[in-house]
Amino acid sequence: MKIVRDLIDKVKPNFQKGGKLYFLHSTFDAFETFFFVPNHVTKKGAHIRDAIDLKRTMIFVVLAMVPALMFGIYNVGYQHYLSSGADVSFWEIALYGLMKVVPIIVVSYVTCLAVEFTAAQIKGHTINEGVLVTGMLIPLVMPPDIPLWMVAVASVFSIIFAKEVFGGTGMNFLNPALVARAFIFFAYPAEISGDKVWIAEKADAFSGATPLGLAASGNFEQLPDVQTMIIGLMPGSIGETSKIAILLGAIILLFTGIASARIMISAVIGLLSTGLLFNALGLNAFMEVPAYQHLLMGGFLFGAVFMATDPVSASQTPTGKIIYGFLIGFFTMMIRVVNPAYPEGTMLAILLMNVFAPLIDFYVVDSNIKRRLKRVKQVVKS
Amino acid sequence: MPKVIKIKRGLDIKLKGKAKCEVVSVDNSGLFAIRPIDFPNVIAKLLLKEGDLVKVGSPIFYSKNDEQIKFCSPVSGTIKEIVRGDKRKLLEITIESDNLMEKVAPIDVSNLNADFIQKELMEKGYWPAIRQRPFHIIANPAEKPKAIFISGFDSAPLAPDYEFVFAQRISEIQRGIDIIAKLTEGKVHFSTHQVLNGKDSIFANLKNVEMHTFSGPHPSGNIGTQIHHIDPLNKGEAVWYINLSDVVNIGHFFTTGEVQYEKIIALCGSEVENPKYYKVTSGVSLAKISKPNPEVFTRMISGNVLTGSQISENGFLGFYDSQFTLIPEGNYYEFFGWIMPGFNKFSLSKTFFSWLTPNKEYALDSNYHGELRNFVVTGQYEKVFPWDIMPQQLIKSMIIKDFDQMEKLGILEVAEEDFALCEFICTSKMELQEIVRNSIDDFMKEMI
Repeated sequence: MKIVRDLIDKVKPNFQKGGKLYFLHSTFDAFETFFFVPNHVTKKGAHIRDAIDLKRTMIFVVLAMVPALMFGIYNVGYQHYLSSGADVSFWEIALYGLMKVVPIIVVSYVTCLAVEFTAAQIKGHTINEGVLVTGMLIPLVMPPDIPLWMVAVASVFSIIFAKEVFGGTGMNFLNPALVARAFIFFAYPAEISGDKVWIAEKADAFSGATPLGLAASGNFEQLPDVQTMIIGLMPGSIGETSKIAILLGAIILLFTGIASARIMISAVIGLLSTGLLFNALGLNAFMEVPAYQHLLMGGFLFGAVFMATDPVSASQTPTGKIIYGFLIGFFTMMIRVVNPAYPEGTMLAILLMNVFAPLIDFYVVDSNIKRRLKRVKQVVKS
Repeated sequence: MPKVIKIKRGLDIKLKGKAKCEVVSVDNSGLFAIRPIDFPNVIAKLLLKEGDLVKVGSPIFYSKNDEQIKFCSPVSGTIKEIVRGDKRKLLEITIESDNLMEKVAPIDVSNLNADFIQKELMEKGYWPAIRQRPFHIIANPAEKPKAIFISGFDSAPLAPDYEFVFAQRISEIQRGIDIIAKLTEGKVHFSTHQVLNGKDSIFANLKNVEMHTFSGPHPSGNIGTQIHHIDPLNKGEAVWYINLSDVVNIGHFFTTGEVQYEKIIALCGSEVENPKYYKVTSGVSLAKISKPNPEVFTRMISGNVLTGSQISENGFLGFYDSQFTLIPEGNYYEFFGWIMPGFNKFSLSKTFFSWLTPNKEYALDSNYHGELRNFVVTGQYEKVFPWDIMPQQLIKSMIIKDFDQMEKLGILEVAEEDFALCEFICTSKMELQEIVRNSIDDFMKEMI
């Protein structure tokens, strides 16, 4: 580490004000702070500061996604060989999964970082760490057979138009990874919906439909059993299938205090209570699918744990978070069950609530203002 | 047993170097100072020049806003230097003490009425000790406060233990309270912290006050928190508050008629070899009681690590401060700090493995541990801000200078120190105290 430090110190003057490479200072900064937490000391205000910063926060979100990623890699291989009927070892399965998933991750990260660096360079601001999370979220919500160029186009689109145009991480109002998925969903629907895309290089004879696909087409008797849906050995987006892996991530996020438990829990409650209401109504066969199975199908749990909790695009007030989460669960069910066009509702529900989050916050803040004003009136009366 | 006000949202930062219960008396030779920068919203008008002789209690400057509010010399001697900064802003006035402590003429304390008390407090430099909300500035003597608050404990990191410091001063505190109570038609509120070992607080038997008991972590000892939970401030009202050490001095002044500006302060922090208490006169210099190790970079602070001001090794104690804190300077690089396990890192979040040792004391330094970012994380300020005020929304309204919204969200109630813990835990490393102070100053200008 001494060598790295010496090297950085040697080239640093070039990138500082007056240096000939000053125009690249954002990029240099990003690399320096990647290796070293800077030696900045407090100048005003509190003299000591909590050890956490945004890098650490974002890295922990990425770490929390690792179980889902690992399982996703295995499942991609597993589903492939299951469809072709070949009997192969664990390592062959894992290797196949790696060969499919790693390129998607690489493409996603490279394009996201390229856009982020370019934007930072143009605007002269520092590289924001939010891109680390986005770069990992995008692959996890993609089907394994997605063409790589599509990942690249979607990543570029989402980072530019969902984030940078608003001023970078912290200023965006939509979750960039979801925008990337929505972009592909609407621009290239054949590549991200239907029964063909969820298993890499699927043999034609094999069905390969996701549980939600089966439910939407009315084939309820073919739904996988609950155990399979919890473990996650079923077709689906790379990161979304294993509920155990996602729960591990949720535990990491909640224990470290990074993600909001209010959002996660109220989203689950929103989904379950809407599901129970549908069960009670029972107007059609889809409404009769037990509510808890909706929790296990599709990308809801993944979305609730990793995407709805994105603090920038979510509601920011404590009460607002509960409303926001609940409505995500509610709209997920509405889109899944009542709307026949899209089998999966999580993505659209979260994006919809991203848009409404500021409105929710407005009313929560307003109620705080009113409550505090009431206090004045009481004083005047007494 | 009175009702205990429980503060749940807060944080006690456990630091190394707590002062031992032992008081060392220090003589009054050497340099002392009074710092106009300690008083927000005060434009100082000097009454003396360099080389002039002063006694204990001689006015040195007054406030341009109210000429009656005087700021007095804590010692006798000569004015050594008038230090100015940018735009000739007065930074500090240093006084070379002759160690004789020759005092100004005593007053007659036989006949005390409110007007006389107020006049003498302003004349003898005690008035600046009384501050007010809204705005966290020196109290406006033309107003009548709805209540006066005194905190009987300080919950800040390494703060002096009031139960120890004021154990011998109860009669002076009682006298001071009786005097101060004449300044308001409302109540005088006195808060103590719940004592865990079943002992009563030494302040339990004070008269002429309404006693309150708080429990829970910092900022339970912040006067703003106490006001908010006892009798919150509304628009059009004012409340006053005063530090306990000033109550002692005022009590002494109105008992004997003689001025006194004493304090018992703590010298603490991980860079102090032998942390303990010192009995000093207000405005004492750090050099008088401590010499920091020249071989290590030391951050010297007048006040506590959250709200204090940085001083040099010859710097002076701030007017409202009752401790010097010395911690290591954090001017080092840390290799891959964002991924290391961090057993030695203190954090409210559990992203560092220091959560395994919750009772450990830390030697925290002045490193930022990161860089300034936009707001990203939400809901973290609320964890350490025990108010019915939305901290992040208030700060945002301050950043965009929406004065209307600031007022609605509670700027009249808060002071910069109330946001110190939020600033400490802020993931985006925002300078919240500066934002709050500047906004309060701008808000006051806007109101005129």
